Amino acid sequence: MEILISIVVGILFTVGVYLILSRNMTRIIIGTGILSHGVHLLLLTMGGLKQGAPPLLGEKAASYTDPLPQALILTAIVISFGVTSFFLVLAYRAYKAHGTDNMDEMEGAKSDE
Amino acid sequence: MTLLHWATISPFLLAILIPFFYKYFRQVHTGWFVLILPLILFIYFLRFLPTTSNGGVVTYEVPWVPSLGINFTVYLDGLSLLFVLLITGIGTLVVLYSIYYLSKVKEKLNNFYVYLLMFMGAMLGVVLSDNLIVLYAFWEMTSLASSLLISYWYHRKKSTYGAQKSMLITVTGGFAMLGGFALLYLMTGTFSIRGIIDQVALISTDALFIPAMLLVLLGAFTKSAQFPFHIWLPDAMEAPTPVSAYLHSATMVKAGIYLVARLTPVFGGVPEWFWLLSGFGIITLCWGSISAVRQKDLKAILAFSTISQLGLIMCLLGLGSASLYFGYGEEPEKYTTAATLAAIFHLINHATFKGSLFMTAGIIDHETGTRDIRKLGGLMTIMPVTFTISLIGLASMAGLPPFNGFLSKEMFFTGVLKATELSIFNMQTWGFIFPILAWVASVFTFAYCLIMFFKTFTGKFRPENYQVKVHEAPIGMLISPIILGSLVVIFGFFPNILAYTLIEPSVAAILPNLLGEGEKFDIHIYHWHGFNTELFMTLGVIIFGTLIYLTMKSWAKSHFYLQERDPINYLYDGSLEGLARGGQSFTSFYMTGSMRHYLLYIFSFLVLFLGFMFFRLDAVSFSGTESAPISAFEAIVALVMVTAAIVVAVARTRLTAIIGLGAVGYSLATFFVLFRAPDLALTQMVIETISTVLFLLCFYHLPLFKKKFESVPFKLGNLIVSLGVGILVTLLAISSHHSKFFDSLKDFFIGASYDEAGGKNMVNVILVDFRGFDTLFEILVLTIAAIGIYLMIKLRVAKEEQ
Repeated sequence: MEILISIVVGILFTVGVYLILSRNMTRIIIGTGILSHGVHLLLLTMGGLKQGAPPLLGEKAASYTDPLPQALILTAIVISFGVTSFFLVLAYRAYKAHGTDNMDEMEGAKSDE
Repeated sequence: MTLLHWATISPFLLAILIPFFYKYFRQVHTGWFVLILPLILFIYFLRFLPTTSNGGVVTYEVPWVPSLGINFTVYLDGLSLLFVLLITGIGTLVVLYSIYYLSKVKEKLNNFYVYLLMFMGAMLGVVLSDNLIVLYAFWEMTSLASSLLISYWYHRKKSTYGAQKSMLITVTGGFAMLGGFALLYLMTGTFSIRGIIDQVALISTDALFIPAMLLVLLGAFTKSAQFPFHIWLPDAMEAPTPVSAYLHSATMVKAGIYLVARLTPVFGGVPEWFWLLSGFGIITLCWGSISAVRQKDLKAILAFSTISQLGLIMCLLGLGSASLYFGYGEEPEKYTTAATLAAIFHLINHATFKGSLFMTAGIIDHETGTRDIRKLGGLMTIMPVTFTISLIGLASMAGLPPFNGFLSKEMFFTGVLKATELSIFNMQTWGFIFPILAWVASVFTFAYCLIMFFKTFTGKFRPENYQVKVHEAPIGMLISPIILGSLVVIFGFFPNILAYTLIEPSVAAILPNLLGEGEKFDIHIYHWHGFNTELFMTLGVIIFGTLIYLTMKSWAKSHFYLQERDPINYLYDGSLEGLARGGQSFTSFYMTGSMRHYLLYIFSFLVLFLGFMFFRLDAVSFSGTESAPISAFEAIVALVMVTAAIVVAVARTRLTAIIGLGAVGYSLATFFVLFRAPDLALTQMVIETISTVLFLLCFYHLPLFKKKFESVPFKLGNLIVSLGVGILVTLLAISSHHSKFFDSLKDFFIGASYDEAGGKNMVNVILVDFRGFDTLFEILVLTIAAIGIYLMIKLRVAKEEQ
């Protein structure tokens, strides 16, 4: 299971990096989204998969899955959501200011604003 | 702090007060306030003369950074005292001269005297410091003060060029010297020169000995304008003439000489030191004198002449260092000691006649408005006093009796002739070049002295060449050159007044350990040695020098004469420009401004570096134990996720990409469910929904954004790099999963969640109780993001957006 998920994570990373390397701002933001999904999945995988019940003591199970990676991922999800929303609005503003969402065309635009 | 310490730093203290004097006593020339200090210092230091001439030393220590062994230790022996007297004595005369040279109305005198005092203090510090690091600090301060003084008329392009050049060259050397000092410290464990000399026997076989020597010599050679680092000195002539007279003839350029002399007991006695000093010295001597002949500017002639004379002193110090190889009393050793003696004697002589010559050149410039020897001429009767001083100075420089230059040149010839008889350091094979080069250089020295003299003072006076009415300088300007000129004559006629007061203690300081208790070196300086080789060499110099001057008309049109600039300047300018261009083109080669390129660098580095380390450490491991089993359901979700991700990568419209991203997010939420993470599944579901809505808002509801991507060209490089990252992450994940070194903290949370924190949901307990700080700042992140978004939407700064 872990190997399969590791491969899935690798594919998510590949796609994320590929999108980040493109010239289009939208694709870059979507790329960061994919990348953060990959990271979250990786975190969970590294903690070990399916080693027991959900980390709720009410379950009264013999063993539970590791709660710490889940807490870390929860924090990471929220932070990446905040950053992505900020990034998105920033991209929108940049588009309005420069009339393009092509990164290459923005190079010379420093002095415009 | 003793009086000696205060005396060393007193110029700095006075420099602080100078701007106030300048501002509140405008009617008095600021130089008068400055003049007192070097005079007092000169008299103060004269009091040490009896002590040092009896072989005594004065030393006081003030801790500065004791934990690093850096102390402000003043150490006054014969050599230091000689330099101190030169610095303060000529300093007094130069300040006096500058009072008449610089106008109090037109010039910014506060700057001038602050820099000059800064230089004087730094120079005193260099020659009085026993601690290498303190010496280095003062050394760099002399470079700084020198550059400030060269660029005193900073609105002139040539001045700033000269200042920059001297700064670059001397600071490069200074830095190398610091490296050399550090190596000395590594070998001996002390920064004190005394302490290092005590351990000479230990370090002379050390592997770091030669590197330390080379680095220190680089510092000394750049400072003392030795070939090929001499090129800054002619360009430093853009400084006001008092500065040229003081810094660039009498004091600063001798700092390198001082350093070499001071460290001779450390490095001397080995062939490398001997050959480097005497070899570079004699080349500099020749090169400087030959270059001086073709100069047309009085100060340029004097600059190259200074270079060549410094080469002479350096060469003599090199030859003299051979005596450390012998014990005292042996026959060859006496001659090499005599070379050291000649070096010290010539150092004094050079300071006197070169100082006076610079001052007379300044007077000629001041009174006629030009220094070009092609315009000057016939000044003999108009400026009789200047003429007399110049005549004395030039005759001394050319080496004519009865002036002091004659004596030191005879001693120089003796030194190089006796050097050929040495039987060490390959001198039997190569020693013959010394007398030949020395003689050639002396011929050219004689020739440029003749040129300077006859082109300036004889011939027809042509008033149309001058913009001002030419007349003799005021008496105040003449006092300093007259004093220096008189010293030239006095030292010429009575050289022995210097013998045991200044010269012998200096020689004893350069060559310690050669003397027994209470012994002294024999010092006798004669005018007449009988009919020996030296005398015939001098006659030859006079004859050939005169011939060169007489045939000047025929070679004055040659390419050699017309080309004034030193060819090494082209190398310097070219390499400086090449460095700037190379740096610029290298930077613009990789700093393209494209974010894609930077990301490619970052990811490629990541892949290559991590991949290399993986390969190096053989870290890839694939043991399949401890894995959870794969169910069909999970395999399907994984397939969906991968498909969705690939759809995003190849999507042609924005909508497809956004929906694909959403699909990836929901598959992730499904995985969270499958992997027993209910809170994560919940959050992921909600957040994915909001994100997708946000994306859609941005790209769908806002009509400015086009629905389709601009053409997405496929780039193989991007694919390779991203595949590299993906494969690397996969390998990393698999390998690290299979190499667990310790258990997780799981058991603690299971045990403590309810007992200590009173909650059954372990994830939530961790978030708000065990690791509540994370959550606090995560809330802060969201707040900042929200405020940022609000401000971005609301604030309209640029006009076109309103």
